[in-house]
Amino acid sequence: MTTELVPTGHVAALPPTKPGFFGRLPVLKQLRQSVGLQRGMLVAGLVITAIFVLVAIFAPLIAPYGFSQLRDDAGAFGAQQPPSAAHIMGTTVGGYDVYSRVLWGAQTAVLVIIMAVVFSIFAGILLGLVSGYLGGWLDRVLVVIGDAIYAFPSLLLAIVLSIVISGGQSSLWGGIMAAALSITVVFIPQYYRVIRAETIRIKAEPYVESAKMLGAGAPRIMFRHVLRNATRTLPIIFTLNSSEALLTLAGLGFLGFGIEPTAAAEWGYDLNKALSDVTSGIWWTALYPGLAIVLAVLGITLVGESLNDLADPRLRGRKRVKQKEGTMSLTSVDKPLPSETEILEENA
Amino acid sequence: MTTSLLPTDAPSVVAPKPKSAGGGLGRYLLIRFLLIFPTIFILVTLVFLLMRTIGDPITAAQGGRLTADQLAERIHAAGYDRPVLVQYVEYLGQVFTGNFGNTISDNRPVTEVLLTYGGATLELAFYALIVAFIVGIPLGMLAAYFRDRYPDAVLRIAAILFYATPVFFAGMMLKLIFSVWLQWLPVAGRATTRTELAMQTLPNKTGIYLIDAIQLGNSAAIGDVLSHAVLPGIALGLLTAGVFLRLVRTNVIGTLGTDYVDAARSRGVSEFRLVRKHAYKPALIPIITVIGLQIALLLGGAVLTETTFEWKGLGFQLAAYLSARDFVAVQGIVALLAVFVALTNFVVDVIAALIDPRVRY
Repeated sequence: MTTELVPTGHVAALPPTKPGFFGRLPVLKQLRQSVGLQRGMLVAGLVITAIFVLVAIFAPLIAPYGFSQLRDDAGAFGAQQPPSAAHIMGTTVGGYDVYSRVLWGAQTAVLVIIMAVVFSIFAGILLGLVSGYLGGWLDRVLVVIGDAIYAFPSLLLAIVLSIVISGGQSSLWGGIMAAALSITVVFIPQYYRVIRAETIRIKAEPYVESAKMLGAGAPRIMFRHVLRNATRTLPIIFTLNSSEALLTLAGLGFLGFGIEPTAAAEWGYDLNKALSDVTSGIWWTALYPGLAIVLAVLGITLVGESLNDLADPRLRGRKRVKQKEGTMSLTSVDKPLPSETEILEENA
Repeated sequence: MTTSLLPTDAPSVVAPKPKSAGGGLGRYLLIRFLLIFPTIFILVTLVFLLMRTIGDPITAAQGGRLTADQLAERIHAAGYDRPVLVQYVEYLGQVFTGNFGNTISDNRPVTEVLLTYGGATLELAFYALIVAFIVGIPLGMLAAYFRDRYPDAVLRIAAILFYATPVFFAGMMLKLIFSVWLQWLPVAGRATTRTELAMQTLPNKTGIYLIDAIQLGNSAAIGDVLSHAVLPGIALGLLTAGVFLRLVRTNVIGTLGTDYVDAARSRGVSEFRLVRKHAYKPALIPIITVIGLQIALLLGGAVLTETTFEWKGLGFQLAAYLSARDFVAVQGIVALLAVFVALTNFVVDVIAALIDPRVRY
């Protein structure tokens, strides 16, 4: 489309500065949009999430001990030792260093989140596209199945799946895969729903019609025309699902379906072992892994929440309208450009 | 935990739809009722197939403890050596007649397990919902009233924190502070042994301790039961309270922008009264719908809460069967819960349709 075809009013309606490449990236775009408290929440979320990811990457360097280390040169760590200079967060009932396990736990969590979310996005998008675009009986069957899974307690489903996948106990990769896959199946319906709804909406758009007229096949339209435009809400679901994946992983670990302590550090498992400590007043084995979960989920959720609010005009906080921006609302309707004085009158 | 924060979960004020020709409450209810069956069927099938992919439940439970011959004999006796399809058809028939199989570890009918422990879980969910209502709804209204100002930000972060804290961690911290350090409340369980023994003598005990304690007519017993309920109720309730807070806030803000609220505002009604009287009630309708989804969240949370507080309910029992690798029991309980979830969702939808005509599309 060339500019001659656009009514002049629409050209004038473009924002004065067009965002560059970085300004158009999902999260950064919203960061530019946000103001005041919303920006504060988004920034806080991004900072916490960044720390979480950095800890996960650099855990081997930061952690003073290995996640399954029981002794160093000075001898065994000892069980349930209160926080001291050598173990700033104390030791667990199994004799591990709490601080090290908290740091290593971030690594396990990030791995599971990434795998779970990537798997479910792929499966969910594919199913949503096919079901939404093709429609018919396949669509109806998938909707009923998706709704049935969606309404069911996801933790219970994850438990069943982790029994199936790993038989309940496992090694590092086995455990991570089991956790990730169990979470995946639970999440597919969510992506499926969103993508399907978007696909049905986009299917009726004129550009899809014209692609059909030009003889494009269904796969080409689906992946080239529909998919590109259906991914608008994905970053929101992505972040919100990540926090849920983390909670599901912790829940699985707490119920004893986690990863063995010798294979990897997992916060939910540590909390499970700390359950009896609490009754005898030992607080450090429970507090720190628990806080780690809360902080990580908080950070990711703050990002997701802010993205969600920014996507919803009813919830988006607005910048104070300046005189200059008032011209946009006037010129965007198809009528001759008002004179400068008319604009001032309108805004007065 | 079913996502409580997804945008799809928060149906905002629905735009009124034109009435469909010939539709109506009766038709909607019928269709909604018929939808229960495929839902149950799908979940039961899914669970059955998944559980059968790992082999037969007897090997899983007894493997290693019995010789190969003994094992084969027991598998044959239980019919697990037949084709999966035959077993599946038989299982469906059993489920249809309300028979969910017998547990392997203690050989009880799964339905009996549900009847014995279901009451406890129901009671816990009830306490949690009360906490969620008391905390979530007023705070949500407050957040809407202070929209985009600091109290709002604090409340919204609180809501996220409620959601971000795993129920078992919240439970452990509450336990540590109020039971171990302050010693105000009991550490775990549903009642003291004395109260439990007294309840055993009741002719028609319900398994719901609050009702049983009231039947006893003993104020000490009622107090005992309630003091045991405080911490688990709060731990599980805060999770849902966060969801309610967000939902009430979003919907009240939405309603505050509608014409009739504008009309009230122009008549000079104060902003606080607008929130309290005008915007509040329509904002509660989506809550009813969301309670349906919360049932799933509450059930998942109940498994974790019950394990944390040794609350001998269905979730606690499920965790016990899981560690005993009694997969028949797990399959039975999960299938029964699927039926329960499908039924409660139906009831919730019916209530929502009766209250709000806009829902019936």
